Amino acid sequence: MFKNYLKITFAVLKRRKFFTFISLFGISFTLMILVVLTAFVNHLVSPGYPETKRDRCLYIDKFEQIDTLKNSRRSGPVSFHYIKNYVSRLTSPERIGFSSFTNSVNAYVKQTKVNLFYKYTDANFWKIADFEFLEGKPFTEQNIANNDFVIVINDFTRDKYFGKGVSVVGKNIEIDNVNYRIIGVVRGCPITRTYVSSDVYMPYNTSKKDYMRKELAGEYIVLLLAKDAGDLPEIKAEYQSLIAKLPFRNYSDKWFKPNKIHSTADTFIGSFLSQLTHSDGDAKKHYVYLILIGFALLFMSLPAINLINVNISRIMERASEIGIRKAFGASSRTLTYQFVIENVILTLIGGVIALLLSFGVIYYINNSGMIPYADLTINWKVFLTAVIISLLFGLLSGVYPAWRMSKLQVVQALKGGE
Amino acid sequence: MIRLKNIEKVYRTSTIETLALNSISLEVAKGEFLSIMGPSGCGKSTLLNIMGLLDEPSKGDISVGGESIRDFSDKKIARFRNQKLGFIFQSYHLINDLPVLDNVELPLLYRNVSGDERTRLATEALQKVGLGNRMKHYPSQLSGGQKQRVAIARAIVGNPEIILADEPTGNLDSAMGNEIMEILINLNKQEGTTIVMVTHDENMAKKTSRLVRLFDGSQVL
Ligand SMILES: Nc1ncnc2c1ncn2[C@@H]1O[C@H](COP(=O)(O)OP(=O)(O)OP(=O)(O)O)[C@@H](O)[C@H]1O
Ligand SMILES: [Mg+2]
Repeated sequence: MFKNYLKITFAVLKRRKFFTFISLFGISFTLMILVVLTAFVNHLVSPGYPETKRDRCLYIDKFEQIDTLKNSRRSGPVSFHYIKNYVSRLTSPERIGFSSFTNSVNAYVKQTKVNLFYKYTDANFWKIADFEFLEGKPFTEQNIANNDFVIVINDFTRDKYFGKGVSVVGKNIEIDNVNYRIIGVVRGCPITRTYVSSDVYMPYNTSKKDYMRKELAGEYIVLLLAKDAGDLPEIKAEYQSLIAKLPFRNYSDKWFKPNKIHSTADTFIGSFLSQLTHSDGDAKKHYVYLILIGFALLFMSLPAINLINVNISRIMERASEIGIRKAFGASSRTLTYQFVIENVILTLIGGVIALLLSFGVIYYINNSGMIPYADLTINWKVFLTAVIISLLFGLLSGVYPAWRMSKLQVVQALKGGE
Repeated sequence: MIRLKNIEKVYRTSTIETLALNSISLEVAKGEFLSIMGPSGCGKSTLLNIMGLLDEPSKGDISVGGESIRDFSDKKIARFRNQKLGFIFQSYHLINDLPVLDNVELPLLYRNVSGDERTRLATEALQKVGLGNRMKHYPSQLSGGQKQRVAIARAIVGNPEIILADEPTGNLDSAMGNEIMEILINLNKQEGTTIVMVTHDENMAKKTSRLVRLFDGSQVL
């Protein structure tokens, strides 16, 4: 009997090419978009090269001074002064490193002008981010103490300006009219990993800016590495008590007398959410997760809803077929089975097409250079969940109208089921 | 075989009520060839549908083989239609998505018949109605008379005990009509198939063993 169901299914799918195309297109296209989108989200939030220790990291990327009386605020990244005199007093993190926000600059390599992203970092930065060194090594405390003008570049920069794969350690590169000696080459990472991604990295003390100036706001992001992910709450708490003891700055500007300071050490996702919600992101995390999961489920139900829609109209349209089959001996149960099998097969074919499309799109994104170093991967959990949800809804949406139809008197079904 | 007792059928729409059948009592005996005649709209198709368990009467009792169908489950009714009945609809009712051969195989699909056997029997039935050369066609590629013959092949393919035929020759020229009539008479005579046939043609009706006339939902003869 099952073989007959299959045979009927393929006959119907083949015969109703337009309907088959619409259903398959609906199912596979929405599934594909879902898979590609989640691949993006996954790429953005889950730890990837070189931030493999991201789940042990906290980030301080914002420091806000607030004048509650005049209701004004100043906010931005933190200064070297602040890091050196306050943040470095934290005892709970295993390591404290920092890097500047990524900026772009014109650089000169053998008289050719190139535009590069750069970051100033300290030596600990290299111990927190797990860069793979293709050649040479990172700069150290010693380099910084010696005031060495050394630089780490990524392979993208090397390949583009020196030649593919050539050895460049010891060669020079001119950044912002300052001459640097290349000390190491790292394998680059996607620009979406904003806290660590750059073309070139230089010691913070080689910056032309007055990095020593006694100001709390500056241009650095602090990276705090915990020994264990379980230590993160303790580090956050210690940072809060540090903030509580900070003296308020007395600005000469009479319109801005800060009386409140707001800054948090957040996890990666937390800091992302902090910026979105203007509050402590980590505290809101669960709430936001729920919303995200809700959205994901909603989105996953799109192919399912589409399926239901197509199914119901399709089965209604086939009322007379149901009537005929019943007149010649199909029981309600047999008919319901037949529609269920049709739906399952359709959904599975849609799933396979979606998977192939997703592979294609992700391969294209990863290799097109649209996002350098993109390393999107398919999230199997999401894909399978979506397929299962589609199957489930395919079943329900197929079973229900088929069952209702099969309960009709044959004569009514023959007349189109009104 | 089939016994109808005080059957009434009322069609209700929001505005009107039609009494399509009015207190019909009728018994179809095994091996009989019964014809039903009457003017258009008098309830012939309605009666035939009720006999074939394709529709429910508003009132009255139906029993087959001595059992009231009130006690039949969906599955049992399905099996009855499948193994005992062959229905020829006035408006053919073929499945347009399937080729002629698959349409004719339909009753066998719901029996335990192998694929090869199904094809063999369906081919045979199609040859009987003169459509051996149209097996791969789809219903939309056939003329009205050809569709009717496919419907006949489908009704006889499973060798049912009862054939209910709603104007089986209505769309055929007289030569073809006579040929179909021959087939039915042969089935009745040789296989003992019970046949109930609706017809407008007095000549056809004369060839059957009994005639029932309907007028405005009531039996007049
Ligand atoms: N679904 C329905 N809803 C309402 N009225 C109906 C319905 N089906 C049939 N009727 C009415 O019931 C009556 C009997 O219809 P039926 O189809 O049995 O006639 P018939 O004798 O087969 O006619 P014909 O010779 O034209 O086929 C008609 O008056 C018709 O209008
Ligand atoms: Mg009729």
